[in-house]
Amino acid sequence: MSTAMLQISANLQRGDFTLDVNVTWPLTGVTALFGRSGCGKTTLLRMIAGLEKVSDAQVTFAGAAWQNARQFVPVEKRRVGLVFQEASLLPHLSVTGNLLYGYQRTPDALRRLQPDAVIRMLGLETLLERRVDQLSGGQAQRVALGRALLSSPQLLLLDEPLAALDTQTKRDIMPFLSRLASESAVPIVLITHSPEEVQRLADRVVFMRDGAIDEICDLQQAMARPDSPLFADEGPATVLTGVLSDTDEQGVRSFGVEHARLFVQTSSSEVGQQPSPMTNTRLRVLARDVSVALDDPERISIRNHLQVVIQQIHELPDNRLLLTTRLADGQHLLIEITRWSARQLGLQTGQTVWALIKSVALVR
Amino acid sequence: MFELGQAEWQAIWLTVRLCFFTTVILLIIATPLAWWLSSGRSRWRVAVQAIVALPLVLPPTVLGFYLLMALGPRGFIGGSLESVGLTHLAFSFEGILMASVLYSMPFAVQPLLESFNSLGRRPIEVSASLGANAIDRFFSVILPLCKGGFIVAATLSFAHTVGEFGVILMLGGSIPGETKVLSVLIYDYTESMNYEAAHQLSFLLLAFSFFVLFVVYSINRHFQVTKI
Repeated sequence: MSTAMLQISANLQRGDFTLDVNVTWPLTGVTALFGRSGCGKTTLLRMIAGLEKVSDAQVTFAGAAWQNARQFVPVEKRRVGLVFQEASLLPHLSVTGNLLYGYQRTPDALRRLQPDAVIRMLGLETLLERRVDQLSGGQAQRVALGRALLSSPQLLLLDEPLAALDTQTKRDIMPFLSRLASESAVPIVLITHSPEEVQRLADRVVFMRDGAIDEICDLQQAMARPDSPLFADEGPATVLTGVLSDTDEQGVRSFGVEHARLFVQTSSSEVGQQPSPMTNTRLRVLARDVSVALDDPERISIRNHLQVVIQQIHELPDNRLLLTTRLADGQHLLIEITRWSARQLGLQTGQTVWALIKSVALVR
Repeated sequence: MFELGQAEWQAIWLTVRLCFFTTVILLIIATPLAWWLSSGRSRWRVAVQAIVALPLVLPPTVLGFYLLMALGPRGFIGGSLESVGLTHLAFSFEGILMASVLYSMPFAVQPLLESFNSLGRRPIEVSASLGANAIDRFFSVILPLCKGGFIVAATLSFAHTVGEFGVILMLGGSIPGETKVLSVLIYDYTESMNYEAAHQLSFLLLAFSFFVLFVVYSINRHFQVTKI
């Protein structure tokens, strides 16, 4: 059986705004719609939801026509979970009332998630009896996520769910989103203009610009290009995926396979105290946090040393170089060094060197 | 001081019936109309809004005159009714009911429109995405969140119809039990110099109107529609 796909095509002209897309992506994992504000991300998402009736557009979900020339399936029949920038909780209902609004309207046979599980997953136990105006921004957004999940959607649409939150709240809620992405088994479309959110959450990126699709590729590909838009904020970085082991007595967990193994010092608060070991976790390594050595230095505070093969050398501005290297398990690692040190070490493609990784962040 | 005779009670009962039916009909008509106006995509919107507001500025006699022309035996509507064996609507309860609906329309539409505008589309989009169909959305989201707007619309429609005079006089005349509502009865008493009877009813209406407006303004304060 082939993978279920989501297909959208539309050609829309509204004043200055144009949207011209014809795109298809598989209904698995997290697909990020990435681009500046006004590039058409939200319109695209609203078309998928059925909130925007663009004439002559087509939306096909897993073979079912949601919109074409002959029919338009209304939003309440599409079974999509929506989470907006603002939590948009129904103010006349309590937290429980909001959580159960969609659940009560979902036929028994279609219910895949139960309130208890969702409440636990999003840490909502203590909020249930509250009025929604007594919630903080982050709490309200968690309730909105739970409410969407409890309608057992076929597709979860998140329109910049973190954009209205302050940095600390964002940091608090991110683990829940990560958990949602890896545990819920519902395909997710995430609108964001934050490279960090893409790196943490996305499996696939749809780059949009001026109402058109620039490129659609999986996260690894999107982060392989040295000039990737995803590097705008913090510079080039690599996302490694792998299995995270149990915590040992010193609070250290190992990640990845032998010969490409990294060690991570975790604090108990990270990733929502998940049971370990965890599969499919993500480590993010900034290219500038990696150094290169020709031999394996043993007496050094940096504990993560990996043997890598240099595959490509790119020129960056300001006399810096970006090395694309390959780990023993086939994953790529980007390393940023100065042209001067590369010359001193005589680095060239095909060479085997040691990557010394100063810090890694467990992002999912 | 208050000694209400049979004529007075008849007029009060007639007025209450007229106001009640007007309010019910108006809520049924004004709700979808105000919703459509608040969704604001159509280019007909402004024209419709102006038509709805016409009774605010037109002399009631103008509205009454055109209604008399239309509903009377030779009118477009009255004539058609006659031709199918029914009676025309001038000088009848049904006629003044129809006139009241038009005359009080802005007082039902305006509060609902404001309430819908401040509600915004988001709660509806949310509830639809959670599987609620249009009727479900109306009862589970719009009605509870716009409760204040509905109460104000109903109260104002009722009260404004109580105060209707010019249109009824033009279209309905002064037929006891059929079209002689309180305001017309007061006019009749004054015409025949029965000031005591006129005063009695006038004072009743004054007190009623004050009470209604008092209620409306306190509701408006308590039920600020929440925007989410």
